[in-house]
Amino acid sequence: MPAGVVTGAPLVAIRGLRVAFDGQPALRGIDLDVAPGEAVGLVGESGCGKSVTWLAALGLLPARAAIAGQVRLGETELLGAPATTLEKVRGGRVAMIFQDPASSLNPVHRIGRQITEALALHRGITGGAARSEARRLLDQVGIPDAGRRLDAYPHELSGGQNQRVMIAIALAGRPELLVADEPTTALDVTIQAQILALLQQLRRETGMALVLISHDLGVVAETCERVCVMYAGRIVEEAPTARLFAAPAHPYTRGLLGALPPMDGPRRRLSAIPGGVPEPWAMPPGCAFAPRCPHRIGPCDGAVPSDAMLATGHRAACIRATVAPLLAEAAE
Amino acid sequence: MLRFLLGRIGRAALTIAMVVTFAFVVLRLSGDPAQIIMGADAPPEAVDAFRTAWGLDQPVWVQYFHYFGAILSGDLGRSMRDGRDALVLVTERIPATLALTLPALLIKIGLGIPAGIYAALHRNSLADRIVMVVAVAGFTVPSFVLGLLLVLVFAVQLGWLPSGGQEGWRHAILPVITLGLGGAAVLARFTRSAMLEVLGQPYIRTASAKGVPWRAVVTRHALPNAAIPTVTIIGFMVGSLIAGAVVVESVFSWPGVGRLLVVAVANRDLAVVQCILLLVATTMVCANLVVDLLYGLLDPRLRSAPRRAGA
Repeated sequence: MPAGVVTGAPLVAIRGLRVAFDGQPALRGIDLDVAPGEAVGLVGESGCGKSVTWLAALGLLPARAAIAGQVRLGETELLGAPATTLEKVRGGRVAMIFQDPASSLNPVHRIGRQITEALALHRGITGGAARSEARRLLDQVGIPDAGRRLDAYPHELSGGQNQRVMIAIALAGRPELLVADEPTTALDVTIQAQILALLQQLRRETGMALVLISHDLGVVAETCERVCVMYAGRIVEEAPTARLFAAPAHPYTRGLLGALPPMDGPRRRLSAIPGGVPEPWAMPPGCAFAPRCPHRIGPCDGAVPSDAMLATGHRAACIRATVAPLLAEAAE
Repeated sequence: MLRFLLGRIGRAALTIAMVVTFAFVVLRLSGDPAQIIMGADAPPEAVDAFRTAWGLDQPVWVQYFHYFGAILSGDLGRSMRDGRDALVLVTERIPATLALTLPALLIKIGLGIPAGIYAALHRNSLADRIVMVVAVAGFTVPSFVLGLLLVLVFAVQLGWLPSGGQEGWRHAILPVITLGLGGAAVLARFTRSAMLEVLGQPYIRTASAKGVPWRAVVTRHALPNAAIPTVTIIGFMVGSLIAGAVVVESVFSWPGVGRLLVVAVANRDLAVVQCILLLVATTMVCANLVVDLLYGLLDPRLRSAPRRAGA
């Protein structure tokens, strides 16, 4: 069960989500709630299943992916839902933007057309009304000279501007949830900050929920109220952002934090987590992180650890998370 | 745009000039036309007289300038066989060739492109595998083998269709199919791989994530992008409308430009061979020019590239 401090009905409730490609598991049981209007971060190394979780939820994975579990959006079950239901949800109630904005926009269509396509699909606006709404959206995401930009092609815009266009397309359907999959990874650092600020501003303006997928804890910490740390297809720790930074309980989370440069206090040597993520076909029988874990003990290899509730909204999938010395060390 | 166009036309003219030159050199090096046309046992005086009559006794570079000057003034020379105007001789064969290559082009496009799209959309399905096996076979089996095979089955065994000649539309069926199937196979392969490439692009996922129904994702987002590489191949096929049937015309004894070329080469009928080569080079170059212009229409990235470079 997710440990989120969700009160009332969640917007999205994911339960036991499993995905396998050609028999190789990529997700090994994801439980995650997103409340209306909240911002949740999903962190982890590449390949840990952050993106797959949401691609699976929206039915965007290729047919060879075997998917099991539940994904509820309000009262609607999305897994196995008919195509017409999913097409209404995608870009409508749940929008998604991606890592590489330049290649995520169709190179042969003008920007305006790519926005009005979403307007026609989800709000039934066409013609001149669609065009003026598209211009308003471009204004809203901070693209200068929006009227002329409608007729531009993606290659005539910079990466940051293309990501703004992607966000404008996402906003076209007035989504309740925006899933941003590494939205700033392909951009310059200064542009990254602008895009993150834009996402926060839009969330305030529209009240939509945000799921921010990133490999960068720093990016997530600035934007999100709650963070889920993923490792090898599972959520290994979930906590409110401040608590995760103050008292990380899972050794993997602490490894990630150790790799971040401290903003204040004395400079210290950054630590790296030794080893690599296990391949899906060579998963350890117990805790997937055990082979790299500095606190590994015998029982770690016995069984996949279940979630330990540490505080309200804080869970960690580690059998040693509740052990006093570790906690004390973590709280330092 | 005008500068782009003029540049392309200039390059096209240069290409044609090089083809003409190359053909001239190769043909002069490959044997004495006088000896071949007059026969091995012709008296030497007669051969010499033939040489003088056709200017073959001049130095090669003089012949070349004569020839090139004549081409520029629209005179492509006369056949050494019967003295008729080479251009007339060639152009009166063009309708017969187009009667094969145009319907074949329709088969190539009408069969190859849908098959390629279908195979890409149903990747690894039984239909995809069948399309690919047929396409690889069509790719690798030479047209004369396919032609002879069709003759064996439909003309010799079943007796449904004539095996050659040009007495009516029924005679065209087997050569058209032979030409069409091979080209359709090539086009199916290219279309399939172009579609697979495009379907794997992030903007296709974006379109799906936007809620665009799959059918519209394919028609609105995938096909316009996949058309760009496919147009290249179609352009090549259009360019070979005149000369693409040399082998098939020979197999089915169809009196088109291809047959004329084979006969003219065997006879060292220089003017006719050069005239055909010029025609082939011109159609190919024109088709390429059209493809280049189409690229600009299909792909906005190419349209603005020269503008940027010029700015």
